Amino acid sequence: MSELSELYQEVILDHNKRPRNFHVPDGANRHVEGFNPLCGDHFTIYLRVEGDLIRDAGFQGAGCAISKASASLMTDSIKGRTLAEADRLFAQFHGMVTAPGDEVPDLDALGKLAVFAGVREFPMRVKCASLAWHALHAAIQQTGESVTTE
Amino acid sequence: MKPAFELDRQAAFDVQRVREDFPILSRTVRGGRPLVYLDNAATTQKPRQVLDALAGYYTGYNANVHRGVHQLSEEATAAYEAGRLAVSRFLNTRDPREIVFTRNATEAVNLVADSFGRLKVRAGDEILVSAMEHHSNIVPWQMLCERTGARLRVLPITDRGELVLDELAGLLTDRTRLLAVTHLSNALGTVNPVHEIVEVAHAHGVAVLVDGAQAAYHMPVDVQAIGCDFYVITGHKLYGPTGIGALYGRLDWLEAMPPYQGGGDMIASVTFEKTTYNAVPAKFEAGTPHIAGVVGLRAAVEYLTALGMERIAAHEHELLAYGTEVLQAVPGLRLIGTARQKASILSFVLDGVHPHDIGTIVDQEGVAIRTGHHCAQPVMQRFGIPATARASLALYNTREELDALARALARVREVFS
Repeated sequence: MSELSELYQEVILDHNKRPRNFHVPDGANRHVEGFNPLCGDHFTIYLRVEGDLIRDAGFQGAGCAISKASASLMTDSIKGRTLAEADRLFAQFHGMVTAPGDEVPDLDALGKLAVFAGVREFPMRVKCASLAWHALHAAIQQTGESVTTE
Repeated sequence: MKPAFELDRQAAFDVQRVREDFPILSRTVRGGRPLVYLDNAATTQKPRQVLDALAGYYTGYNANVHRGVHQLSEEATAAYEAGRLAVSRFLNTRDPREIVFTRNATEAVNLVADSFGRLKVRAGDEILVSAMEHHSNIVPWQMLCERTGARLRVLPITDRGELVLDELAGLLTDRTRLLAVTHLSNALGTVNPVHEIVEVAHAHGVAVLVDGAQAAYHMPVDVQAIGCDFYVITGHKLYGPTGIGALYGRLDWLEAMPPYQGGGDMIASVTFEKTTYNAVPAKFEAGTPHIAGVVGLRAAVEYLTALGMERIAAHEHELLAYGTEVLQAVPGLRLIGTARQKASILSFVLDGVHPHDIGTIVDQEGVAIRTGHHCAQPVMQRFGIPATARASLALYNTREELDALARALARVREVFS
C-alpha cells in the first residue's frame, strides 16, 4: 500500500463524507474550540459529562478530510468512557501520530483509531489529525481556553 | 556599469535553456518524480548566476562596508552600492538614493508605517488599504493606527477579485494620510491599475505605498511611471536570496522622514548629548547590512533584465492562459480570482475536497503548490472559504508542468471519488 492510500484509508474517507456525531449533543455541558490557523481547520468539540463519565460527544465545524474524520472517529470512541480513560486515549493517539518512523506504535489499544497511523508519514498533517484530540484534552482538563495547533 | 552577463534580447524566450540556469529544477522528489515547482508566489528558485555571485562575495571580497580603508572593504562597499544602483535601474527610480535595503518587503512596509507614521499620522487621521492585501500590508497599518489613534479604512473588492475603484474617491477624505495597495494580489492574481489609483489619491493629496512583492518578478516595474510615493519589493521572490528586500521612497519623503532604527551606519556623529543622522539612504540602514544579499539581489535583477521582463511577462501570460484553460476543465474546480487583469496566480477550490487534502495528494505526484489562506485571511472571508489551493507561476515553468498539475488533480478526484 502506498503512503498516500495509508493516509486516505477508506474508513477516513467515509468519516469525512459522512461524519458521525456531527451535531451538538443534547445536554452538552462542556465544549472547547480547536483551531488550526495555518489551514483554517476549525472545530468545536461538545461533551455531555455526568460525574466522571462521558455520556455523549459531538462536534461542529469545518476542516480537511483528516481533521474531520479524526473528530468523527474520536467522538465515536470516547462515548461511554471515563474522563481519565478518554485522556489516556488522547495520549496514546498523540503518541501514535507523532512516533518516529522507525518505531512501531502500539496500535492494539487504539482499535479503530489505528487507521490514523499513516499520518506519521506526513509531518505536515499531524496537526490535522490531532486537532480534535487537543480540544478534547482541554475539555477534560477544563483549561477554559480554546486550543490552536500551529 | 556593465551587467555581469548578457543574453540575446531578440531571441525567442527559450524556457528549456532558461531552466538549465536553475540547478534545483533537475532534482526529483517523492520517490524519483521530477519536481514540478508551482509555489513561486511563496518563493522562487535561484539561478546559478545568483548562487555564483553569493559564493563570489564570500570567497573573494567578504568585508564590512563603508568604513574600512583596506582593499576588501573597498570592494565590498563598491559591490554593495552597485547593488543599490542595479535595483534603482530595475525599478527606474530617479536617484539611487531612493533605494533603501531592508530584510524583505514586510520590513519595508513597517519602515514606512513607523517613519512616515511619525512624520504624518495623528489621532483621527485615516489610512486606506484594499480588501485584497497580504497581512504584511494590513498589520503594520493597524499597529500604526493603534499607536496613533488613526483609523484603518478598507477599499472593497468585487466577486471577480477586482478593486471597486468607483468607491476610491469617496474613501479618500481630508483625513486620509496614506493609501497602501498591492500591485499584484498573492491570493487572487489580480493586477491593480496602480497608476490610475495613484492619480486619484494624489488628486486628494494622499501618499501611496504600492506593495510590489508579487509584481516585481512578473512584469516590468517603473516607479516613476506609476508615480507612487513608496514601492516595496523582496529579493527571494525576485530569484534572489532570502533576507534582502528594498524600499523605494521618493527622495523628498525619505529626507523628511525620521530614522527607523538607530545604530551604526545611520549616524553622521554621536555624542551623549546629541546624535546627528546620516544622509539618505544610510539614515534608514542601521547596522551591518545584508551585503551578500545585496550582491545576490543585484545578480538576480541583472539576470532578469538580461532575459527581459517583457519577455518573461509574455511567457507567463501565455502559461497563465493555458493553466486557466486546463484547470477549468477539471470537474468541480472553481477559480478564486477571475479579474480581467491577472498574472501568475491560479487560486482554486475543488468541490468536496479541502485544499489541504489537495496539497498533500498533488505533492505525492511531485507537484508543489500552496494551500491555505496565503496570509490573506480577509480575502478568504470575502469569498466565504477557509482556504484555497494555489498554483503560482514563474519564468521557468512550462505547459507540461501545468499538465502534470491537471493529472495530479485527477488523482485527487480518484481518492475522493
